[in-house]
Order: sequence, then structure tokens, then C-alpha cells
Amino acid sequence: MNGAQDLGGTQGFGPVVPEPDEPVFHADWERRVFAMALAMGFTGAWTLDGSRATRESLPPAEYLSSSYYAIWLKALEKQVAAAGLATPAEMASGTAAAPAGAVARVLGRDGLEARFRAGFPSSRAADAPARFAVGATVIARNMHPTGHTRLPRYVRGRRGRIVRVDGVFVYPDTSAHGLGENPTWLYTVAFAAHDLWGESGDPGGLVTVAAFEPYLEPA
Amino acid sequence: MSHRHADHDHVHHGSDLTPIEARVRALESLLTEKGYIDPAALDALVELYETKVGPHLGTRVVARAWGDAAFRARLLADATPAIAELGIGGRGGEHMVVVENTPGTHNLVVCTLCSCYPWPVLGLPPVWYKAPPYRARAVIDPRGVLAEFGVTLPETTRITVWDSTAETRYMVLPMRPAGTEGFSEAALAALVTRDSMIGTGLPEGIPTEPAGRPA
Repeated sequence: MNGAQDLGGTQGFGPVVPEPDEPVFHADWERRVFAMALAMGFTGAWTLDGSRATRESLPPAEYLSSSYYAIWLKALEKQVAAAGLATPAEMASGTAAAPAGAVARVLGRDGLEARFRAGFPSSRAADAPARFAVGATVIARNMHPTGHTRLPRYVRGRRGRIVRVDGVFVYPDTSAHGLGENPTWLYTVAFAAHDLWGESGDPGGLVTVAAFEPYLEPA
Repeated sequence: MSHRHADHDHVHHGSDLTPIEARVRALESLLTEKGYIDPAALDALVELYETKVGPHLGTRVVARAWGDAAFRARLLADATPAIAELGIGGRGGEHMVVVENTPGTHNLVVCTLCSCYPWPVLGLPPVWYKAPPYRARAVIDPRGVLAEFGVTLPETTRITVWDSTAETRYMVLPMRPAGTEGFSEAALAALVTRDSMIGTGLPEGIPTEPAGRPA
């Protein structure tokens, strides 16, 4: 969706302000939100794409005025409710008023570090050949889905070149909405900065995005 | 070791808690009571990403690449298994791509849509990486963003920005500083900064152009 999360090329936010000697977390509640989000994701009640979709579905003013982990918290509460795992009233009180729902698995401490150091790959086996090859010229589709997508607005309608065929991966546009993984070819597409930004583009510069096959059409 | 959340079964929203602290405490209590999460696992996740996984791991990858041409070739060809040779990998870095800086090309990594970042080699991202100013401007004004980090590149150096829009995760392989011949791998790793692996910085010992020169 054309939400507030799609920030590439937006102006007016001011300078980047790095924090010297920044801690990993700025408050204990951030630690708990981070860990709860990962642990609830592990239950299988929703997908990582679903979490991203929920975070970016916050109204733009709220998204832009919320801290990073506040966005995670608000999205986590929405996902818990949407999955039927708890009600907003239960979350407000902190006490269960109804029996628990079923989850596929619960993240325990044993083996956790090995599990996270192994990772959770989202690559999948190919069952069809890739449509595009390295070097092909493509145009990013001028698409504006109301659901989740990972094609940023600033490349839509622009001409780019395939610089890598990354493989087949879970398709976020369906995975986010419980519509299945639909493994889809993924490409790295390079756009000339002047094609994206006109005369203000950095001379000779390139911007690449990782784009799924349905985001692209032959030029 | 005392347990930070031993009071799950009887929540007190103490007056010392801010509203968001109370809200998070209530949520954790509820999800624990329902059996969806284990607070000990949460503690382990925090410990893992706060104390064990961080940019020190990425510096080892860079130092190895600087000193071992065969490793560097494997790293640039297929980064995930090459990084795994050092025992490094995992969540948020299942599909790694390493991009190499050269005198002609400087690489800069961003996630305009959220906060995608190569956790296994760099740890969790800093706030500025996740915040709107960087996400908005890295793609449209990379040279201006670099200047705010104190990095001024030669005008002849072209910039490639990598927007992390899928599960691919990018790490920059910076140029090895001159005068480091004969350095041990550990000494090389000490020159590698976190920002030099994002592209918003350079390793220690690489001078930028004199200040004041127009970009």
C-alpha cells in the first residue's frame, strides 16, 4: 500500500542524526517488545510479511510520530487480536478472560541460540524458469495495490536493468495476507539515478531494488 | 540469576511505570499466561542480540576478505556460505550479498520500506538507520547523506545505493586502508567500523577528501 512506510525520495525530514555510542535498546520495554515480536512470529500465527504489512497499515500520521518499537508494539497487539489469540480487553488488563487459542509452536530457551544462528530462509525451490536474465531491460510496473507490496513507489514506471537473478523466494504480497507463500522469482534491478530523480540524481549513480517478477515487465 | 519478570502471575501496574511500560508489561503477562511465549526465551533473545550478535562479527568478515584473496572471491560470489565459514549467520542474514567498494564505486545500504539490515554481521540496526530521514534521503541524495556522516567522496567515485526491499541483506566490503600491509587479521578488524559496512563511513585510516571541496 502507498503508506507512510514507503519513504524513499520523501523530503523534509531533516538531517540524519546518528547517536554516539548508541545502545542496542533505549529502554527495557523495547527489549521486551523486540523479543515478544520475534517469539510470537515463531508461533506461526502469522508471517514476517504479515508483521510488516500490519506495521505499515498504521495511519500515516501515527506511523511517522511513533518510535520504532512503539510501531512494533501496536502492530503486535493488532496481530494478536486479528489472529484471535487474545482480545484488546485482555491485552489492556494483562489477564486472560478466555482460554488460549492454539499456536503451532512456542519458542523455548533450549536450542534458541542455535535456531536463530541457523536462520529462517525464505528461499524456495523453483518450479518454473525465470522470465528475465541478467542484462535485460525492464520497467517496474506502475502498480498501486491496497495490500502489502515491496515495490517502492519511487521506481514504479521507471526503466531499469536486471543485475542479478536472486532465486525464488516467498512472495510477500500474498504471504502477508495469509494467501500462501507463492514462491516467486526475485531479481536485483538497477536504476540510473537520473532516471529516478532527473537532474537532481547523483551523476553516474545507481539505485538497486530487489524486485519480484510480477513487479516487472519487459521494456 | 534473578528473573526480571518473576511477577508475571500478579501484574502490578506500579505508579513508577510509564504508560508504554505498563502496556508492554500487561501484554507480556497475558501472552505468557496464554502459553504463547516463554519469558525465559525472551530473555535469551535479548541477550543474544544485545550482547553476542553485533558489528564485531562483520569486522571479522571484512578483515578475512582483506587478507585472503580466495575468501574474498567466495564472499563476493556467494556471501552466505562464505560468511558461514567463520561460523557467522542466522536470522536476518539468510540471504547475504556483499558489495565491494572500489576507487570508482562506493556502495550504500538502506531499507526505504522498513528496517532490513544484516543482523548476523552487524547486529540490530541503529535508530538513524530505521528513522525517516535516512530512509527518505539515502536513495535521492546519497552524497548529501554521506556528507552528514563526514564522508566526502571524490567526484569521480560513483555511488550505488542498495535498497533492501526483499530478504536479500547487503553488507559493504570497504577498501582496505593503505599502509596496513603485514597487519594481522585482528589488527585489520580493528580498523573496520560498523558504518563502513553500511556504507555511511569508511574504515579507520582512510582519509576523506579535504573538507570544503565541492561534492
